[in-house]
Amino acid sequence: MAEFALPKNSRVGKGKTVKADGATNTKPFHVYRWNPDDRENPHMDTFEVDMDSCGPMVLDALIKIKNEMDSTVTFRRSCREGVCGSCAMNINGKNGLACTTAIEDTKGDVAITPLPHQEVVKDLVPDLSNFYAQYASIKPWMQTQSPTPEKERLQSHEDREKLDGLYECILCACCSTSCPSYWWNEDKYLGPAVLLQSYRWLIDSRDEATGERLDDLEDPFRLYRCHTIMNCANACPKGLNPAKAIAEIKKMMVERQG
Amino acid sequence: MTDMKTPIAKVRGLGSAKDGTHHWLSHRVTAIANIPLVIFFVVSFVGNAGKGHAEWVAWLKQPIASVLMILFIANMVYHMRLGLQVLIEDYVYDPGTKFASMIALTFSCVLIASLSIFSILRIAFGG
Repeated sequence: MAEFALPKNSRVGKGKTVKADGATNTKPFHVYRWNPDDRENPHMDTFEVDMDSCGPMVLDALIKIKNEMDSTVTFRRSCREGVCGSCAMNINGKNGLACTTAIEDTKGDVAITPLPHQEVVKDLVPDLSNFYAQYASIKPWMQTQSPTPEKERLQSHEDREKLDGLYECILCACCSTSCPSYWWNEDKYLGPAVLLQSYRWLIDSRDEATGERLDDLEDPFRLYRCHTIMNCANACPKGLNPAKAIAEIKKMMVERQG
Repeated sequence: MTDMKTPIAKVRGLGSAKDGTHHWLSHRVTAIANIPLVIFFVVSFVGNAGKGHAEWVAWLKQPIASVLMILFIANMVYHMRLGLQVLIEDYVYDPGTKFASMIALTFSCVLIASLSIFSILRIAFGG
């Protein structure tokens, strides 16, 4: 059966509290901590961050914590402007990018945990090996039969527009890890992010492997575990709608049956 | 569980089942059929509420009523079979338990439909 409670060694305990010396305007950040080396259960550390000397985003607070309060706090980040997807994490119960989530928009305490239902490497760093392997499995590149043209492959404006709302996906995994269906069957269900990417190639007028791509998706688990829960569209920090892309794939499946 | 398989080997697994669209479409089509059938069922039963046995039997003996009741049962049970299959696939991981659950589900759905339809026919054709 699906597990609805955390296993004993994953139950989250209470950790330490670090105060900001001499600060008057502070905001508590509760950060999930787990170290693979100490064999301890995970715990939530509280950092009272000085808001008078902190940048506007949740990522700024995390960097401030790491620089000034506890250098062992571990998280991924890179671009700090919502295009790389590295700092995807769960902030106050909602998946999002720390770099595009304003502290101002959070009410009261801020609780930060790793993306849900993934193995944790350390602290806020989830193991996304399965997610990346699933992305690789849909062959996210152009496949063609016709001879390679000497110049670029042409595409009408209308066909190019079909990629809008799809190409913007940064593969941060916020949507897939917010999907209950993905939680229960992530070994077999491809999940919203990978299916949106798959649709990006299915609908590309220049791609010549549409049938083979649909063949690979035609599966009770790979595609049809989507139960239109819509958490994906709610979670996407880029405002995309993976559920709609999945619905379009299902329509293509029906369409090719005649 | 630790094994030495690569993530891509696990994801590719046994390959695509090349199936699922028929199930998905059947579930949608039976859902559409359920709209008028459920309306018929609710309206009829609310309309007949409080009536005696003889009146209920007389109602069900009408060809339209008995045929629609049979369609309602058949469509509803098929829709239920498809839906509960998804539920089992979602939450039951052990292959043995899953197989046993599927068999139990199918058998009980066939039994429910057969008993219901037989009962309707018996009233419809009974003396």
